[in-house]
Amino acid sequence: MAKTITTSRLGKIFSSKEGIVTAFQNIELSVGAGEFVTLVGASGCGKSTLLRIIAGLEQKSGGQVSIDNLPIDGPGVDRAVVFQHYSLYPWLTVMQNIKFSRRLETHYVDITSADVEVASGRADALLAVMGLTHVAEAYPNQLSGGMQQRVAIARALMPRPKILLMDEPFGALDAQTRDVMHDLIRYLRAIENTTIVFVTHDVEEAIYLGSRVVVMAPRPGRIDSIHAVPLPDERIQDMKLAPEFIAMKRTILERIRETSGMKTDYDMLRRLTRNVARVA
Amino acid sequence: MIPAEPDLSAPTSKDSPARPSIWVIRGPLSARQYWMFAVAGLLLPIALWLTASAGSWVDRVFLPSPGDVVARIANWFSGDNLLQDIWVSTYRVTAGWLLSAVIALPLGLFIGTYRPIQAMLEPLMDFIRYMPAVAFIPLVMIWVGIDESSKIAIIFIGTFFQMVLMMAEDVRRVPMQQIEAAQTMGANRSEVLSLVVFQSAKPALLDTLRVTMGWAWTYLVVAELVAANSGLGYAILKAQRFLQTDKIFAGILLIGAIGLAMDQAFRWLHRRSFPWLYAR
Repeated sequence: MAKTITTSRLGKIFSSKEGIVTAFQNIELSVGAGEFVTLVGASGCGKSTLLRIIAGLEQKSGGQVSIDNLPIDGPGVDRAVVFQHYSLYPWLTVMQNIKFSRRLETHYVDITSADVEVASGRADALLAVMGLTHVAEAYPNQLSGGMQQRVAIARALMPRPKILLMDEPFGALDAQTRDVMHDLIRYLRAIENTTIVFVTHDVEEAIYLGSRVVVMAPRPGRIDSIHAVPLPDERIQDMKLAPEFIAMKRTILERIRETSGMKTDYDMLRRLTRNVARVA
Repeated sequence: MIPAEPDLSAPTSKDSPARPSIWVIRGPLSARQYWMFAVAGLLLPIALWLTASAGSWVDRVFLPSPGDVVARIANWFSGDNLLQDIWVSTYRVTAGWLLSAVIALPLGLFIGTYRPIQAMLEPLMDFIRYMPAVAFIPLVMIWVGIDESSKIAIIFIGTFFQMVLMMAEDVRRVPMQQIEAAQTMGANRSEVLSLVVFQSAKPALLDTLRVTMGWAWTYLVVAELVAANSGLGYAILKAQRFLQTDKIFAGILLIGAIGLAMDQAFRWLHRRSFPWLYAR
């Protein structure tokens, strides 16, 4: 069964040279079992930090955060994380990377030959789904960025996590590869029934992937608004051109612009163009 | 009317294939050109040496000819136990370096992993590393005596403190994402250290071993100042007393040659041990 994530009055502060900085405060969020929630927002809104606290990689400063009503205490195998990059092990082949979690003590318990067989079957199946079978024996640095991220996703899915946490996993990929990865990840969610929390700064990506889009605002980090995506469960690229998709994109972009205070100053640009024309 | 311009972009059959200049910033160099320049770089000083010693404007006592030096090496080999000197010196250097490595490796791993250990040891190491190894000779003679262990101790003092700091830095350079990925897959502390941190730092650590081996050799002559009666460094020091500049040259060149051979052996080992770094 997939798991739920609940936060209540969750807050995080960092102490830096400039004093105490609030990453975010008062986060009330609940992610249902099998739900796909995307987090967007201007930089500094604390979306990555929130994801890292759910992953158990960072400590909260106040409030509650729990998985199926159990408070989070450090990283755990029920929650897999896909990072933006540099997380694959370059000294291991693609297959060894995917099977890495099998080498860890936590997974040795009660291992029978049947377990091992199931595990290799799963590794093979993940390779096949990801289109990586032909590079199983290659090293990560022989692969393109898109392929490397597929390996990272396969490795994260290997121990059958109930929750998948993704921190801008496609941020470094080109637009075409990214589209392919989007459909792949939607498909995986459908067959694995994992709960997914996905951080991105790309609004289109957030809407296309998510069943709900959480918009966060900076200074101090907080949840600005939550938007239910009015698209059917089975998504195709053409939906990005649907009027309701575009309308939602406009609403969310406006929220982000307004809360971040980052807007193009068209008047200033016009004045600038006039002045340059005069000088020339 | 604008006259039709000749088409400059289309190549004509008369053109030789475009060859980028080798003086382009970070430009290409073929393997053949590389060897040409490498051989020229080695032959040029020898040619200069030959001309300088052939002309009578430098006294032979100060600058022996290459022929003299080669003759001296042959003479040293047949009548003066050259192999014994090479063996003794190599033994001292390797033993001092190996002792450093055995202690520096775990220490570097811990300094690079745990901040309290870093805070406790790094400033101390930085302090000691600036103390000249030569200045320790009197102390070493009092503490360790004048046998083999005193020479090994000097080489140890010369290399150890640099080695620890470099190894700690190698370990610190392991990307945090690699460590966090393992933690989210359920790795415990010792698994993170042995399966990720150490594995990831291995190539850099081997490079540090290679570089510090070079430094260990530079401390040889200093080490053999201490009541030695054999070894290349000792031979160089003794030759100075008898104004045998050809033997000084021979000793220095031999140390250089051994160093070069060891460096190449390390590079070979690097390629052998870490095929994934060289796979493309």
